[in-house]
Amino acid sequence: MHHALFFHGETLHLLPSGALFWPARKTLAVSDLHLGKSERLARRGGTLLPPYETQATLEKLDRDLDHTGAETVICLGDSFDDLAAAEGIEEAARLWLIRLMAGKDWTWITGNHDPGPIEIGGSHRAELKLRPFTFRHIAEPQDRAEISGHYHPKASLAGQSKPCFLADAARLILPAYGLYTGGLRSHDTTLTTLMAKDALAILTGPRVLAIPMPR
Amino acid sequence: MTTLPPALSDWFATKGWTLHPHQQDMLAKADDPATLLIAPTGGGKTLAGFLPTLAELGPNPPPGLHTLYVSPLKALTADIRRNLRTPIEGAGLAIRVEDRTGDTSYTQRRRQRADPPHILLTTPESLALLLSYEDAPRIFAGLQRVIVDELHALAESKRGDQLALQLARLQSLNPNLRRIGLSATVENPPALARFLAPQTTILEADPGPDPDISMLETEAPPPWSGGGGRYAIPAILNEVSRHKTTLIFHNTRAQCEIFFHDLWLANTGDLPIGIHHGSLSREQRERVEQAMTAGALRAVVCTGSLDLGIDWGDVDLVIQVGAPKNVKRLVQRIGRANHRYNAPSKALLVPANRFEVVECQAALDAVRAHTLDGEPRGPGPKDVLCQHLLATACAGPFDADQLYAEVTTAGPYALLTKQEFDACLDFVATGGYALKAYDRWQRLKHTNGTWHLRDPRAAALIRQNLGTIIDTDLLKVRLRNQGAPLGEVEEDFAASLTPGDTFLIGGQVVRYEALRELTVEVSRTPGRDPKVAVFSGTKFSTSTLLTDRILQIFQQDRWPDLPAHTAWWLAKQREVSRLPDPASLLLESFPHDGREHLVVYGFAGRNAQQTLGLLLTKQMESQGLAPLGFVATDYATLIWGLDPVTDPAPLFDLATLRDGLETWLSGNAVMKRTFRNTAIISGLIERSHQGRRKTGRQATFSSDILYDTLRRYDPDHLLLKITREEALRGLIDFSRIEQLLARVGPNIDLIRLDRVTPLAAPLFFEPGRIPVEGAGRDRLAATQAQALMEAAGLA
Repeated sequence: MHHALFFHGETLHLLPSGALFWPARKTLAVSDLHLGKSERLARRGGTLLPPYETQATLEKLDRDLDHTGAETVICLGDSFDDLAAAEGIEEAARLWLIRLMAGKDWTWITGNHDPGPIEIGGSHRAELKLRPFTFRHIAEPQDRAEISGHYHPKASLAGQSKPCFLADAARLILPAYGLYTGGLRSHDTTLTTLMAKDALAILTGPRVLAIPMPR
Repeated sequence: MTTLPPALSDWFATKGWTLHPHQQDMLAKADDPATLLIAPTGGGKTLAGFLPTLAELGPNPPPGLHTLYVSPLKALTADIRRNLRTPIEGAGLAIRVEDRTGDTSYTQRRRQRADPPHILLTTPESLALLLSYEDAPRIFAGLQRVIVDELHALAESKRGDQLALQLARLQSLNPNLRRIGLSATVENPPALARFLAPQTTILEADPGPDPDISMLETEAPPPWSGGGGRYAIPAILNEVSRHKTTLIFHNTRAQCEIFFHDLWLANTGDLPIGIHHGSLSREQRERVEQAMTAGALRAVVCTGSLDLGIDWGDVDLVIQVGAPKNVKRLVQRIGRANHRYNAPSKALLVPANRFEVVECQAALDAVRAHTLDGEPRGPGPKDVLCQHLLATACAGPFDADQLYAEVTTAGPYALLTKQEFDACLDFVATGGYALKAYDRWQRLKHTNGTWHLRDPRAAALIRQNLGTIIDTDLLKVRLRNQGAPLGEVEEDFAASLTPGDTFLIGGQVVRYEALRELTVEVSRTPGRDPKVAVFSGTKFSTSTLLTDRILQIFQQDRWPDLPAHTAWWLAKQREVSRLPDPASLLLESFPHDGREHLVVYGFAGRNAQQTLGLLLTKQMESQGLAPLGFVATDYATLIWGLDPVTDPAPLFDLATLRDGLETWLSGNAVMKRTFRNTAIISGLIERSHQGRRKTGRQATFSSDILYDTLRRYDPDHLLLKITREEALRGLIDFSRIEQLLARVGPNIDLIRLDRVTPLAAPLFFEPGRIPVEGAGRDRLAATQAQALMEAAGLA
């Protein structure tokens, strides 16, 4: 079950997976996919993590697209763990991604991990305005009606910590959608400074639950 | 027979020292390839180990490393260095002795690699690091002897498995290397001998007189439940004042802290008493160690961190607070008192609650009957082998067949098959995944017949990750605006604090202020009640020997050997419910505090009781009983949930339990914790290093995600197999459940009661509660979320 959020005159669905769906515009937004993370770590001489996170993340995205029938997709940055990961993506994953993109209006917003264009189709932008919202990777404290990602927010309820959306009157921050992504607890001063006192944390998971943002 | 240098013999003579028979035996056996000396504490065991070295080195030895001494404790190496210096300097021998541990400075360590001392004192972790350097063959070129101290302690852990592999490595570098193992009394000397080396001579010293051991009698009876032994403080202070130096052992750090705090409040006579445990900062521990050695302290409240053979001066009384859990460990702790050879050690047991009175009585009986417990440890764990392969690759290219042959000379790996070895090598080299994704980025490459690191720069990272001790992430605790750290707390504990919470550390109550830069900032708040710190000490299961004896004690009609209060308590339990017995499995069910509770008195030891908790809650979940969590002790499992159990027999069907073990194992928290440890040791994930955590905006993602990913996409992966093996023999301990169910047969008796029973009460105070993630928790989370939103005026 999703959580319905009324934000700047629009109804937004916050999905259990961590994706955002905007029914009026048939638009799906996801952030921080970090595709190719295990490959990047290996390339740098680090550990060899189970190389399945791209597959798992694409499966999840596939399901959300199927389930929502989205026609527009916005990836809010850090979609790839780095530019080389975008180029080095396995053939099977690349074809899968191309299949998902087919027939859709697909925008890649650049993030700090993937700061350049990706050879994979779709449009590439630093930010995207889709009235009344601005979609970008990193929140700008002065802006309003803004939807962003970057921070991988997390919060705990009943002893369990989960990726979460953060929402206040001005902005909505999405959780990281990718599999091998850490998290920043909502208590962190970065987030408590950014978000208003009455902000909500909306926890992902089988049951999407909203609580006052733990701080 | 090897003889001592005349200067040393003369010096011994002037001191009036004569060698004990076992010390002479060590000299006589100096040429044996391996010798295991089993001797009580105070028997000059360590000196016995070094005598052959001193004899061989003589007054003016040529430069180069001659003897490596390995001990499980850093503090022990420093202590041994001081103790060795006395005879060496006294006899004017030109022998250089240095220690090398994680605390040794960078410059000192560099110098030691270039110019090693004659005798190097170290720990398994520091040795792993030394062996991983490219110049290891040069450093160890002339090595003649290796001495492993407290071998019995090392052999019980992965540190010992790692050491066994390192000994094999050292032997390859120096085929004539001779090994000496020093051990306290153990139940199975031949097994320990094989652990040390393939061919080992066993020397057993005279065990000395029986200890003088009894239960401490107190005016106030022990409490119904709980731990820590606070009730006994007046009696303990009285004992401290009547002895020269007392060691007061606790089983956990948290209990140690609380006890010390309360002891200090009651210490009106201002007896100098210190505290020592693994969560205190090094500076604090060193201060206590120095004061102890100088004889400035009358007592030290401590945990296992003082368990091993450090010479803490003139200890004449050991007090064990809390049930000892294991007779062997108790005997070794008792040995801490009275270091004079052939004088009886004096010890007092202080049961922390009435249940422990029974366990202490069982332990006293066992000590008097000279029975020791011990369960065989099984083959060497493969995660340790994976780490060893990585470390070996750091030192230089290796040939797989040669390395396999070398590894199987290590006791714990004697039965390792080539196939198992190859699977570990494949994991280390390629990740071992069904999806061969890393052809270009393999960690180890195979070229010209040898395996080597693909990227030599990876060696630095691998070295940082060496070692088999997995600490939960610890955060330093400091007073606000003051430099000196008070100690450390687990990250999980810190995360559970909100500003204003109070907890105990270093014996004082502090108030949590903020978390800044990985430091917990606190202020002093004298006189406030602390919220207890949940340091998790090492959890040992009560041995089968002890639980069997406890069940036997329960069967008596009356208990003349037990204090009256405990006898009365057992009688009360017999009156309102029943006492557990060896022929049946007693279950109690009752409501308490708005939840339904089920107690399973399995007496199978903590780990098996924990597994029972996991298996039973899973079954209860599928029956719709909405279990919320459980906690296990050595004698029982307490499960709480939203609905009561009425028909227990199907829950305990062994076939169902065993069939379901596989699925049950997979999703639970214990398996995830086991996986995390295995993943760190085998090199799949890195330890979180403070430096790296600081720079990383986000903490590393949880190992749970890797575990779930492997289960989903690569269920036959080596690490899942290792995790399962580990869990089955360690944390899962399924064999004890099987023994239990075989013993009781169909006699599973559920008694429904309207309230908590005398025997069940202590379970409510146990730390280490494990949540069950299921329908019950979802129901609760929804209720809590609703309440929070309402409180915030949002719903």
